[in-house]
Amino acid sequence: MNFDFSEDQKFLANEARKFLESQCSMAEVRAILDDESKSCNEGVWKKVVEMGWLGTSIPEEHGGLGLGMLEMCVLAEEMGRVLAPVPFASTAYFFTEALKLAGSEAQQADLFPKIVSGEVVGCYAASEGPGNPDAGSLKTVFDGKTVSGLKVPVTDGDIATHAVVLAKDSKGASLVLVDLSAKGVTKKVLSTLDPTRSHAELNFDKVPATLLGKSGDGARLNDALLDRVAVLIAFEQLGGASRCLEMAKDYAMERYAFGRPIGGNQAIKHKLAEMYVKNEVARSNCFYGAWALSTDAAELPEAAAAARVAASEAFWFASKENIQTHGGMGFTWEVDCHLFYRRAKLLAVQAGSPKVWKEKLVRALETKNAA
Amino acid sequence: MDFNDTKDEAAFRAEARAFLDKHLTPKSGARPRPGSGKDALQRAKDWQKVKAENKFAQITWPKEWGGRGGTSMQSVIWGQEESKYDAPTGPFAIGLGMCVPTVIAFGSDGHKERYVQKALKGEEIWCQLFSEPSAGSDVAGLKTRAVKDGDEWVINGQKVWTSGAHYSDYGIVLVRTDPKVPKHKGLTMFIVNMKQKGVEVRPIHQASGGREFNEVYFTDVRIPDSDRLGDVGAGWKVALVTLMNERLAVGGSPGPDWGEIMDYAKTSGSMTDQAFREKLADWYVAAQGYKLTKFRTMTALSRGQTPGPENSIGKIITANHLQDICNSAIEMQDHYGIINDTETMPGDGIFQQSFMWAPGLRIAGGTDEILKNIIAERVLGLPQDVRVDKTLPFDEMKAG
Repeated sequence: MNFDFSEDQKFLANEARKFLESQCSMAEVRAILDDESKSCNEGVWKKVVEMGWLGTSIPEEHGGLGLGMLEMCVLAEEMGRVLAPVPFASTAYFFTEALKLAGSEAQQADLFPKIVSGEVVGCYAASEGPGNPDAGSLKTVFDGKTVSGLKVPVTDGDIATHAVVLAKDSKGASLVLVDLSAKGVTKKVLSTLDPTRSHAELNFDKVPATLLGKSGDGARLNDALLDRVAVLIAFEQLGGASRCLEMAKDYAMERYAFGRPIGGNQAIKHKLAEMYVKNEVARSNCFYGAWALSTDAAELPEAAAAARVAASEAFWFASKENIQTHGGMGFTWEVDCHLFYRRAKLLAVQAGSPKVWKEKLVRALETKNAA
Repeated sequence: MDFNDTKDEAAFRAEARAFLDKHLTPKSGARPRPGSGKDALQRAKDWQKVKAENKFAQITWPKEWGGRGGTSMQSVIWGQEESKYDAPTGPFAIGLGMCVPTVIAFGSDGHKERYVQKALKGEEIWCQLFSEPSAGSDVAGLKTRAVKDGDEWVINGQKVWTSGAHYSDYGIVLVRTDPKVPKHKGLTMFIVNMKQKGVEVRPIHQASGGREFNEVYFTDVRIPDSDRLGDVGAGWKVALVTLMNERLAVGGSPGPDWGEIMDYAKTSGSMTDQAFREKLADWYVAAQGYKLTKFRTMTALSRGQTPGPENSIGKIITANHLQDICNSAIEMQDHYGIINDTETMPGDGIFQQSFMWAPGLRIAGGTDEILKNIIAERVLGLPQDVRVDKTLPFDEMKAG
């Protein structure tokens, strides 16, 4: 039995934690929260690029570190802990994984080195309005050469240089690659529940686009992409949920009421114990997702869905009960609790809400059961 | 990351399987019905003897006590493999898992000589006598009294929830030897012969209808001072050692799980019910969370490390999970679900049976509330509850 990260991977986690705690403190997150003109923390992003983390799972021949998906999971958890206000997920999870999954050799050779160097910032444009984007109901059209339509919201859409767009074409749905510097792209920054991550509405008017993978294969590719991304987001959620439990515990130890720390009351103790249980359930499911992701296992659909469902629940519970444990202080702008509550919601609905993933999970179980 | 055995683990697993294959039949798909009566007990004793003779009883015990001198991981592997067979192990779990290790830790050479081998070979069965009607979660508040009379102690009082007392030969009993000092300081542990005069075992009629546990009454039961385990007044320390020896839980879920309810839902049309589908996903996630957390614990054992505290979430999850699944399964059957006939009901009425068992599971071996306290205090490091009785002499404590 070897169901844990290796010593090397734990070392990487530890180094990443030290780096992020010193270079991406909550002050760096608040610098974006309190400045509407800023979409991401460029200083932190520059350092993340310098660390080479964007190339973690990109092959060495394309300038990457050539490590595996387990290393990506480790980094994702650490990014989640500090609420990193940078387009890491958009670039390193969505965009990079889409290229790995469906990009041609030429596309990979062109873009991978630019991702590693920070020249390319990616994003994933699928949502067109309320509801999970469904290949059958897409309104954005790819005509073989250009893409037209409205994508809203697109995380990091305003700062990304390139986008992976889900569109319909003559053969069904397709994933296409778009250079956002092209003519015909209109960007509008959106106000969201989580101002520490930027969001935009992207309008495409006959914008040059190239296919990622085969025409008509978009629905399958999109599902496969989301299974991979879901595991990584689940690790970010796990990191955030773990941090919430630590914050709640620290506060419960130092806050006195009725002559003793509030953490001595069973109502608080049991709440925090429940957080711990949910976090461990999430961690174990995340580990399984990591295993399936790193080995391309046939179990990836159910493993990714279970990780995502467990981690969404854990982060939601931990973030809301962390505010509750902090009492009135927890409801102030100055105390960080609300930043986690905001991020928890973003990560829960990005790439499909828990309801969507529960349905994916049950379908995977049905398929398995029927086989 | 992988789920494979190391080379040594694989070799041990193969050895265990070969041994099990030789002596037992693998479990069939059907849920085995619990055996009862003397035949089942004799079968269990016979199997224990074969295990002991082949060094498969108590894998981690040192060889001098008849164990294998094996690793915790080997013990886990043995448990996994043995559970795949129709192996009658129930009567020995508490004695060999908790009582006899306490005798080994605190007994005299004479005690070890007399008791350990016979217990290991299944010739004598042990039970643990801690809980009382007024001392459950707060077991140190127990009242059963021992009074010194020459070289003997005279025991009077009542124990409760004693598994296997009716077929046990010996027990370890925690009693109050000094009511004038605070509760933890006035306790002492003894070995007690369960077959002697004054020990009366009465089955408890459980809320589930079954009678698997007992009350044990002690009336002027005499125990020689030489059968004391540890010092007079040091019983709490001894009891903590007993409880620490609780075996690492490696079994599966204690009843029907997401797979069973999904099977039932397919036959009853509930798979088209969106609310049910979402619940099913939650159950799968919880069951996987429990199973995979055990894998993490096993990984630490396999690497020769001390497992983290993650395994402490186990029973909170499984007990509530079981209750929730059974409740939903019964509601899925509407009015028909109230029938608990094991002959005619879907899944042999397992949902109805487990529905009545689940409340007990949430209490046995630590209530949900006590387990949450343990996580909060020992894992998270939150302050202990206020204990108004900590320094108060036992006989001045309020009780009710």
